Amino acid sequence: MSALLHYNYWIVIVLMMIGFYIVITHSNLIKKLLGLSIFQTSVFILYISMGKVIGGSAPILSDKVQIYSNPLPHVLILTAIVVGIATTALGLALVVRLREAYGSIEEEDIQAQERDEGQAP
Amino acid sequence: MEILVDVVLLSLLVITALAINGTKDLFASIMLTGIYSLLSASFFVLMDAVDVAFTEAAVGAGIATLLMLSCMTLTGQYERKPRRSQQALGLLVVSITGVLLYFGTLDTPNFGDAHSPIQDHLAPHYLHQSMAEIGIPNVVTSVLASYRGFDTFGETVVIFTAGIGVLALIGFRPKRKTDGQLQSLVAPMHHQKILRVLSKLLIPPILLFALYVQFHGDYGPGGGFQAGVIFAAAIILYAMIFGVDIARRAFPDAAVRLLAALGVLLYGSVGLVSLLSGKHFLDYSILGDTPQHGQHWGILLVELGVGITVTSVMLIIFFTFSARVDRRGRDGDASQRQ
Repeated sequence: MSALLHYNYWIVIVLMMIGFYIVITHSNLIKKLLGLSIFQTSVFILYISMGKVIGGSAPILSDKVQIYSNPLPHVLILTAIVVGIATTALGLALVVRLREAYGSIEEEDIQAQERDEGQAP
Repeated sequence: MEILVDVVLLSLLVITALAINGTKDLFASIMLTGIYSLLSASFFVLMDAVDVAFTEAAVGAGIATLLMLSCMTLTGQYERKPRRSQQALGLLVVSITGVLLYFGTLDTPNFGDAHSPIQDHLAPHYLHQSMAEIGIPNVVTSVLASYRGFDTFGETVVIFTAGIGVLALIGFRPKRKTDGQLQSLVAPMHHQKILRVLSKLLIPPILLFALYVQFHGDYGPGGGFQAGVIFAAAIILYAMIFGVDIARRAFPDAAVRLLAALGVLLYGSVGLVSLLSGKHFLDYSILGDTPQHGQHWGILLVELGVGITVTSVMLIIFFTFSARVDRRGRDGDASQRQ
């Protein structure tokens, strides 16, 4: 049972590391953004897990409920999700522009083209 | 029992994340990301974060998936396999970081502990005083729109800025001449009768639900962010089934852009009104006869501003992406004909 007391935090680490791994090893830019969103969600899970109180209820006040979970992480993460999608959209727009400029969204190709251009003159 | 569901959901999340890493087909990875979002939304419900779950389900499983798919249509479906050396190096870095983080968790308070430091400071004040100070049952809404209203204002501005950024990057381009017909390549579903009839039946209730979420956010889960995303999702569904061009006629670009700015303006002006009446920025107590009444008005107006901005920015982003897809499709057709 004691292992379960930190289970959520360990899963957060595993998810965070999977996201991190995708960002640093994959060369496709859309895949990198997917990795970033996994990383981001792991942080959300960390916050929300910390706010949970065993036996608590959703923080909507009522006479019948005595224990509530912590509302503050909920507020922070709620806005972070919507801001996250807005910034992801910005990232996707950049990917579209990069594809138009370089004809590829693989990081290696873009770097190779940059290197060639640097050597040419 | 709760713990069991918790363990199962989190394990499913890890499996989905591993599958996203493993597949080379971007279409499959993006669909898996949708599943991943839905799973995390269920997890948030389990953790009592109903407002967060609401948002995650609408944003992650709905709009994010759609945007990524349109981006993929513009850039290509398959990715190259990472090189072996890179994989090995990545694995090494990730393992070291992971182990270090693991040692960090050993000091953390137990999961669900009611006496951990995070539960001691602000939360009791919010839970015990907010009914007297703000007067609405949903504590998340009182913290979001009143106690931390300034924060939320900043976040609304960030969303607005992201909308402008997308427009600046891929929005403004000289328009190509089209043959004047209302046709859209993003709406290949138009001939699907079942989808058409069903979506016609579904869109009004979705819009109604969005309004409910917007104005009932004080008493139950909901608020401007969620309502905005649901509203945008209904319009995007319409656009996908009946054609983006037709949807853009109903919601002209100029109007949507104006509304995006108007939402931020509404939020800011509520703050200015309280500032000019001699209170702090975004202190709503001056807006009504009693401080509580004023808080009600302030929260209503501010949430409305958030809802308007979120809806319009989501629409701007979707329309911009789909216009790109559309234009490219037409170019492709033209080059094929030549």
